[in-house]
Amino acid sequence: MLHQELRLTGSGGQGLILAGIILAEAALYDGLNVVQSQSYGPEARGGASKAEVIISSREINFPKVNKCDLMLALTQAACDKYYESIKPNGILIMDKSIPNIPARDDITIYVVPIIETAMNSLGYPMVSNVIALGTIYEITKIVSKASLEKAVCNRIPRGTEELNIRALEEGYNLIRNHKEECYGHGCRFN
Amino acid sequence: MIERNVKLMQGNEACVEAAITAGMKFYAGYPITPSTEIAEISAERLPKVGGKFIQMEDEIASISAVIGASIAGAKSMTATSGPGFSLKQEGIGYAVITETPCVIVNVQRGGPSTGMPTAPGQGDIMQARWGTHGDHSIIALYPWSVKEIYYTTIKAFNLAEKYRTPVILLLDEVIGHMRESIELPNEGEVEIYNRKKPTCLTEEYKPYKVKEGDIVPEMAGFGEGYRFHVTGLVHGETGFPTNNGKIAEELIRRLIGKIEDNKDDIVETDEYLLDDADIAIVAFGSTARAAKSAVDTLREEGIKAGLFRPITIWPLADKPLVELAKKVSRIVVVEMNLGQYYLEVDRVAGKYTKVDRFGRVNGDLITPQEIVDFVKEV
Amino acid sequence: MPSQLVKEYFRTENLPHIWCPGCGNGIVTRAIVKAIDNLGLNKDEICVVSGIGCSSRASGYLDFNTVHTTHGRALAFATGIKLAKPNLNVIVITGDGDASAIGGNHLIHAARRNIDITTIVFNNNTYGMTGGQYSPTTPTGDKGTTAPFGNIDTNFDLCELAKAAGATYVSRSTIFTTNMLIKQVENGIKNKGFSFIEALTTCPTYYGRKNRKGEAVDMMVYLKENAINIAAYDKLSEEQREGKFVVGEIYKSNRPEYTEEYQRIIDSFSKGV
Repeated sequence: MLHQELRLTGSGGQGLILAGIILAEAALYDGLNVVQSQSYGPEARGGASKAEVIISSREINFPKVNKCDLMLALTQAACDKYYESIKPNGILIMDKSIPNIPARDDITIYVVPIIETAMNSLGYPMVSNVIALGTIYEITKIVSKASLEKAVCNRIPRGTEELNIRALEEGYNLIRNHKEECYGHGCRFN
Repeated sequence: MIERNVKLMQGNEACVEAAITAGMKFYAGYPITPSTEIAEISAERLPKVGGKFIQMEDEIASISAVIGASIAGAKSMTATSGPGFSLKQEGIGYAVITETPCVIVNVQRGGPSTGMPTAPGQGDIMQARWGTHGDHSIIALYPWSVKEIYYTTIKAFNLAEKYRTPVILLLDEVIGHMRESIELPNEGEVEIYNRKKPTCLTEEYKPYKVKEGDIVPEMAGFGEGYRFHVTGLVHGETGFPTNNGKIAEELIRRLIGKIEDNKDDIVETDEYLLDDADIAIVAFGSTARAAKSAVDTLREEGIKAGLFRPITIWPLADKPLVELAKKVSRIVVVEMNLGQYYLEVDRVAGKYTKVDRFGRVNGDLITPQEIVDFVKEV
Repeated sequence: MPSQLVKEYFRTENLPHIWCPGCGNGIVTRAIVKAIDNLGLNKDEICVVSGIGCSSRASGYLDFNTVHTTHGRALAFATGIKLAKPNLNVIVITGDGDASAIGGNHLIHAARRNIDITTIVFNNNTYGMTGGQYSPTTPTGDKGTTAPFGNIDTNFDLCELAKAAGATYVSRSTIFTTNMLIKQVENGIKNKGFSFIEALTTCPTYYGRKNRKGEAVDMMVYLKENAINIAAYDKLSEEQREGKFVVGEIYKSNRPEYTEEYQRIIDSFSKGV
């Protein structure tokens, strides 16, 4: 039985809700049950933003994520606010721009240059969310690659398919080539 | 990869898609969190199906325009949240007394007043029932999933047309904003009810006369040759105002009776594992989803719990509640307020069994574990 | 015996009306009907929407598609009706309190949209139905039951308000100058856009009595003697204008009408299919 609860956190404008929708849609293509929800502050940009996705092979009743199996953090504030909600043995993917790594040795923490890659390798900071999806895929394989790519193309502006597929691939590679800056008990690079 | 005709859809979006399937041709609204997507998607979708969308200057104007459009013959809807729902009460009363079909969606948030705009609440249960002044009855429906929002929205339109009444569709921030899968029906797969129109000679038309065997008067549209009068004053069969107390009493009794006497048709409830249940949890909307998870957990722990879920909030599902009360030793009403629906459950079920309430108003959805803990405590 | 006009356009079974002896509302109502008759419009295609107040009772007496709505909201209801059935000639009957106090916001936004609705405000400077309270058009210093020491509010110039908000036809007349009023209603209905017609009328029962304005006839004489046609008014000095008011067609302009603009959006999609 598959049942995974994911929390994508950062600040408003980083495209986390869209990332949550894409992930949920990919799971739907795979024939799984999904619920995607979010919470947000009054700010459209900045502030705290949080998207949640539950992917399950059984019916999903309670639609909100309490303790999560995987968390993505793109800002220090979001990381500090939510890292305690990660289940023991869970995974935290945090952007390299976040200086303070949470003190938890019961989870696996990947420090990944998501935003930097978006800016420097692709030249578009707004594809950070899609790079992040690539990293989540590569670590968890929670959805199929074909479904993820289809869901990305279905939800992004027309004409940006190539850029976004490249962003996904950058995400895959960030994990495949990931050697350092991995912490916690479950790190396979240790 | 499995290819199905399934879409990932937000609750508010499903509401609009269903409204269009039900025949909505007019939407008037005012931006308010967390219902705004309903206005935005209506603005996008309606002109493509020959319908009209207008953003009015305020909430009262929106409900007024909706009623006007319905009198003119268009199936109409508006959506709002708590503060706007308060303002719309004036129009809801007008729609009640003039028997104008329309659908009012209230995506509930934390209140009172501006409250917690981005957080869910269920504090408008009693306002849905008694928000507008004067003695009246009302229909209010409350789905719990994206799929059910779709079918309940269609039902809201159908009931509005069938009973010539405003129908309130209660959602909350959680189910309005969350996305789930939904398989949309094909054309012709859902039943659509349209208001019954007069066929008599124009000079014989009495806009508020109920024909033998009918529940409500036949409703002509403006511009169809039946020149009739609509007023918020008490009126007789001709539609013109009167101070005659006998006619007033007959009208108000008829308006209430057409709903209260047809509960068998209107009231819809859902239940989960109630057959052998000892404890029944009563919950609706997003809270019922937590309650269902709680039931599973309680069962795993050997406690025979079940879920009773009213989809029709008003009129009250009193008969099913009494039957429930007779077979369980305890009822726990769980809602994101401090006891509104509880008052009604206790009123009808309290003489047969013990009724407890569990509520919270901090803007967070009640969790299954909290319900489990509360049930174990009582 | 009712006149031919009354027989043709009034619901005679609902008469007599509720208005007081000396009230000017009947004159304005007749002027509206006369304008409709002059234009030869089909009764089935006329929709009269009114709010709450003495004037708004007129809708019940008229043999058209009629809606007597809630206080202040006639224009909002009318907007829904017009959008749902753009072929209807929608006429709003309202009073000064209904249109400019509780319904003030709806008035400015209907004007701003330039939606094809003709609004006739029966301005009697008071809330008559509730017994003579001061309204947004009660002149400063005048009395009402809620202004026992004189009204300290500044009164609205409704025509200037409608013009500034975007109405494309704005006029004012009185119950004395009825031929002018009839012509204005005709032109207002013919205008494809938002038309605003202020009909100055009288309330001898409350406003008149409270402010020692004399009998109904005296109040009519006041309207006659102080109304100055717009062309003449423009030539008057500031001093000569004291105590006078403008009548006539105050403003006319041409700009896109709301329901037509919306139809263009619909058509852009139906052409695509």
